[in-house]
Amino acid sequence: MTQVPSTLFDKIWERHVVARGVDGRPDLIYIDLHLVHEVTSPQAFAVLASRNLPVRRPDLTMATMDHSTPTEPMDIAGGWSGIDPQAAQQLQTLCENCERHGIELFGPGSTHRGIVHVIGPELGRTRPGMTIVCGDSHTSTHGAFGALAFGIGTTEVGHVLATQVLLQRRPKTMRVVFDGPAPVGVTAKDLALAVLSRIGVDGGTGHVIEYQGPAVRDLSMEGRMTLCNMSIEAGARAGLVAPDATTFAYLRGRGEIPEGTEFEPMVQEWRGLRSDDSAVFDKEVVISCQELAPMITWGTNPAQAIQVGGELPILDDGNREAFAYTGHAPASTLLGSKIDVAFIGSCTNGRLEDLCAAAEVLRGQSVAESVRMLVVPGSETVKRSAEALGLDEVFRAAGAEWREPGCSMCIAMNGDFVPPGQLAVSTSNRNFAGRQGKGSRTLLASPETAAACAIAGEVVDPRRFLSTTGGVR
Amino acid sequence: MKRQPLTEIHAPCLVLPADNIDTDQIIPARFLTTTESAGLGRYAFADWRENPDCPLDDPRAGDCGVLIAGDNFGCGSSREHAPWALLDFGFRAVVSTSFADIFRQNAHKNGLLTVQLDPEAHRKLLTSPWEDVHIDVVGCTVTLSDGSEYQFPLDPFAKHCLCNGIDELAYLLDFEAEIMKYEESRTS
Repeated sequence: MTQVPSTLFDKIWERHVVARGVDGRPDLIYIDLHLVHEVTSPQAFAVLASRNLPVRRPDLTMATMDHSTPTEPMDIAGGWSGIDPQAAQQLQTLCENCERHGIELFGPGSTHRGIVHVIGPELGRTRPGMTIVCGDSHTSTHGAFGALAFGIGTTEVGHVLATQVLLQRRPKTMRVVFDGPAPVGVTAKDLALAVLSRIGVDGGTGHVIEYQGPAVRDLSMEGRMTLCNMSIEAGARAGLVAPDATTFAYLRGRGEIPEGTEFEPMVQEWRGLRSDDSAVFDKEVVISCQELAPMITWGTNPAQAIQVGGELPILDDGNREAFAYTGHAPASTLLGSKIDVAFIGSCTNGRLEDLCAAAEVLRGQSVAESVRMLVVPGSETVKRSAEALGLDEVFRAAGAEWREPGCSMCIAMNGDFVPPGQLAVSTSNRNFAGRQGKGSRTLLASPETAAACAIAGEVVDPRRFLSTTGGVR
Repeated sequence: MKRQPLTEIHAPCLVLPADNIDTDQIIPARFLTTTESAGLGRYAFADWRENPDCPLDDPRAGDCGVLIAGDNFGCGSSREHAPWALLDFGFRAVVSTSFADIFRQNAHKNGLLTVQLDPEAHRKLLTSPWEDVHIDVVGCTVTLSDGSEYQFPLDPFAKHCLCNGIDELAYLLDFEAEIMKYEESRTS
């Protein structure tokens, strides 16, 4: 019997089917790792409490606090002075729920606390072939490791807490192939925005995207996380990159992963996690890499992206509201637009490599007088590593604020926000109207671009500030 | 823990024609520090309601059980606060040409119906604000007051759960033996 060629997605899915859906019912899928945070979990724990149900597998569950946590330093008592009382109660609720159910929590004061999608990989919890869920749409980030990872709602958070399984319809598959290496100065964020501008905010709806091609292979794990992170902005719940030598090098000895001879059998198993050469995808997209350049968004959805030096679209019915909200002139350029805020951080671009890239641009330079720049490391670990490299000094010397880890200005529910009408260049993932604060206007870009714009005080092509030896990272 | 079955909806509709209405519009993140799921209707489209022309503040809005919205409704975050806010506002169904995957799942799990229409039928509803709409969940049809009727697709399991008020958690708990067997097969 010949084996039907299958995709990476198919292989992971098939290994996790607990019960096949019959009579039009969805499959039951086992979940290997459940990540929990303060915002989308309290109502789920309340459902468990009301039914007197335990958490079935606390050992497969891990919690952190990131969304509503202040990025100001904690006071000496180990709390956050000035925190919104309702946010404080939400954090307290998570502490109590984790305590009650024996769930590991990286809470206030923990040396591993951080954005949920930064710490999972960082601690070696995210591994190839796993199924990973979290009540957060950017769970797609973990797909960088060849794990099937997707965001769920709070009802489903409750389902996983109580049963460790989910009822899921099998999604379709989509392959995005980069046909060559990325040009110099083009980062993972630019690749993600290029895909979005090509397929649109619903181009991936109902699909899991697998990214392939030289430009993806050349990316570090951190870059792959950036790329997979934004799959959801195209409507795809999950993004995937097949694990390879880069993945194995990242994982070797990380957290509880062994590094010696015990690691080799794991690698052997992970090597099988790739789409067969003749596997058929439901949808195929090829991105021509020669034409790629640093990208920036201009509108109110992440697919409204152009090359930094490119021309804005002409006015039409589809973009009229976006132009009305953002105030940019159709068919003009963003170059020279004055910015008010630069934000570096988030689960998209808040890892060490992102901070290094921004610091390289800022080293010896100053943030423009008119610009407020906030640098928010993705986790305590990222913060420590960055400080060990002296990056905090580079940022401070340039005039940027160096903050404590959290989601911060990406979602603007912790007290960090962009004031009404102001224009921010942000390394986060969403430029929706009001996303970074009521009335805020967002330009999404890479850390390099955000740092370059911060120095210039206006939108500039980051390649002006990059050393000629810089390439894909 | 049975939910109220949802078999039909007969109510006026409210039209928000914008495409790609994301969950940050449906309920801005600054309202997500709550630990409750009730009472979020007052935050629904909070930033839109400051505009005096916003139909959500029209006196007729309170009676509207059906929201007609532009393409790709509910994109963005996984926040279930979005369907909670819409339900608390009074909506029982949202009509669009397409829905974001997570929003659709969250909606159905809370008894909020998503009605996916083809562009032509959708256009007709977009131009019929405040009109009475009849939705037959069992038969998967939308009927306007002029008698025009449109079919919509609905996942058979979602329909089963909506129409019978099925609690999916209870359904999943019944699979305990299969789940245990699966876990044993992986450790052996």
